[in-house]
Amino acid sequence: MSADFLYGIEVIINGLMAGVLYALVALGFVLIFKASGIFNYAQGVMALFAALTLVGVMEGQVPFSHVINAVFGTEIHHFGWEVPALLAIFVTLLVMILFAWLVQQLVFRHLVGQEPIILFMATIGLAYFLEGVGDLMWGSEIKTLALGLPQGGSLVVEDWTAGLGGDDFYGFFIDKLDMVATLVAIVLVAGLIGFAQYTKQGRAMRAVADDHQAALSVGISLNFIWVLVWSLAGLVALVAGVMWGAKSGVQFSLSLIALKALPVLMLGGFTSIPGAIVGGLIIGVGEKLFEYMIGPMVGGATENWFAYVLALLFLVFRPQGLFGEKIIERV
Amino acid sequence: MLYREAGDFKTSYPDDSQTFPIAFDRWRYWAVLAIAFLVIPFVINDYWASSLMVPFLIYAIAAIGLNILTGYCGQVSLGTGGFMAVGAYACYKLMTAFPDVNIVFHVLLAGGITAAVGAAFGLPSLRIKGFYLAVATLAAQFFLVWLFNKVAWFYNYSASGQINAPERFIFGTAVTGPSAPAWAQYLVCLVFVTFCAVLARNLTRGSLGRSWMAIRDMDIAAEIIGVNPLKAKLTAFAVSSFFIGISGALFFAVYLGAVEAGDSFGITKSFLVLFMVILGGLGSIFGSFAGAAFLVILPVFLKIIGVDVLGWPTEMVAHLQLVIVGALIMFFLIKEPHGLAQLWRLAKEKLRLWPFPY
Repeated sequence: MSADFLYGIEVIINGLMAGVLYALVALGFVLIFKASGIFNYAQGVMALFAALTLVGVMEGQVPFSHVINAVFGTEIHHFGWEVPALLAIFVTLLVMILFAWLVQQLVFRHLVGQEPIILFMATIGLAYFLEGVGDLMWGSEIKTLALGLPQGGSLVVEDWTAGLGGDDFYGFFIDKLDMVATLVAIVLVAGLIGFAQYTKQGRAMRAVADDHQAALSVGISLNFIWVLVWSLAGLVALVAGVMWGAKSGVQFSLSLIALKALPVLMLGGFTSIPGAIVGGLIIGVGEKLFEYMIGPMVGGATENWFAYVLALLFLVFRPQGLFGEKIIERV
Repeated sequence: MLYREAGDFKTSYPDDSQTFPIAFDRWRYWAVLAIAFLVIPFVINDYWASSLMVPFLIYAIAAIGLNILTGYCGQVSLGTGGFMAVGAYACYKLMTAFPDVNIVFHVLLAGGITAAVGAAFGLPSLRIKGFYLAVATLAAQFFLVWLFNKVAWFYNYSASGQINAPERFIFGTAVTGPSAPAWAQYLVCLVFVTFCAVLARNLTRGSLGRSWMAIRDMDIAAEIIGVNPLKAKLTAFAVSSFFIGISGALFFAVYLGAVEAGDSFGITKSFLVLFMVILGGLGSIFGSFAGAAFLVILPVFLKIIGVDVLGWPTEMVAHLQLVIVGALIMFFLIKEPHGLAQLWRLAKEKLRLWPFPY
């Protein structure tokens, strides 16, 4: 096999791995959209917030220490202890559940029955709010997330595949972290599907997604389900935040992955979990391949917009995405 | 008492269809115009112009533009920043290619070019709706900004990748470039704002505006009663982009003087204008002004309170501002989803009946 062809395959594999990470974020969107009809723009910021909280808890940082120092003139920064990673993840999860409950009680409970666009705006407001709170709580400098996840290219894969090509091919370069992320994503999705299929709460969640009023009439508490769904989205955000944070540091740009997840959603359909995953993979592979083959001709950095244009072209032929429910309108 | 008609005394069609049916409103309108044109230019200084008045006027144009698309025609757009960039770069190319032509024509032409681009990006709206469309407009945002960063022809191959507004004059007074006086910048923007607002107001209450609103309220029903959705949607995109292009051109030429597409016309700009429209009130020209004023004044106000009075670090105040803007948006949406314009409408209803409400 020629080296060029093999490099193409390497690009595809790396694209698949990147696509898994997009799919992770998109999954959080789909969960909330299905259950409550809210298009949650804040998903990316939730990932950022979760990652910031995780780092803050692990390092024993005092929340809001910047604000306290500025207002009262004190000099406090750390509690002086370090929390082990697992416990910190647990604490962060509690924080995300608390956040889900607060969001439901303070904001979306009052917006039931509003038009979807109003709900969407509210989540943009929420995104701004949460971003500001995250910065005020933990400071806005770039942090490293030291969870002990493996990093760097995998030598095993490289040695193993080096024999495939000629002399100028050195084997596939695949980031170990991407492999871990893929594994975690598979486990997470399997867990979510299991939860939705086999538990009482999961079934209630699907019932609410199907029909709010019918669910209410058989005695399912909408309020509880919505808190549950936001908590699940918080969990997905935490996983996404950990993976992206370990990859490129915990910083503001983390919240922009939400924007990357939007074309994934368009492609896969807003209401379909498999759609989010397949869409993520298509976008991941598509943008890497496009950058590899066409990118050099047009000046590079096409990854910013390629996903959108691909999704846009796609929508012209299938307006509800690959797996979305067919939109039927009646007058 | 002061603010009402004492009955329905309209005897002619012009009376019935005038913009401000109540005399008090008419007088207020002329009074605001008179103050804006005859008083403020004489008292304005550099600080007021550059931190409040000029950005307010420019954002008001952008908000009117987006309001036509989102508020009147019901098509949510997140591509405002990209379309402003089209206006800015079109204006720049025209200014450098035809230096002898008056800048007013450049700005208007830039609006026209943006209208064409906007209509092209509006084409998918015929097939896709709602959130799918909102996300699709993001394609415009990212693609256009990337284009202006990567294709050197747009910034005339300058080394920095920035575009700089050359000095241009109207009636012998510089309005762009570093030596333009504050009052001239203010007046240019004011003239454009007045032109745009009057145009928008009259478009929206004519047959075109009615067809937009029919599409917004229910597009299938509108189609059945004979509104052409192709025409209505594309004109909404074109007219909206025309205004947004004008505001982008002014933002670049008059306000900033030098811009770089990614910094000045990024996704945050799209959201900022969208917030103005939402907070001000969807489907209201007055709301566009109110929203723009609110979101221009708020950061300045917070900066004065936080940094100058309390002495907090600038960075922290910036974060606090995010929190406050976010919280305010949620608060407004819960308390008054129809925005500041609705408060104004309610106040007018009360005033009409005052002091005998029954």
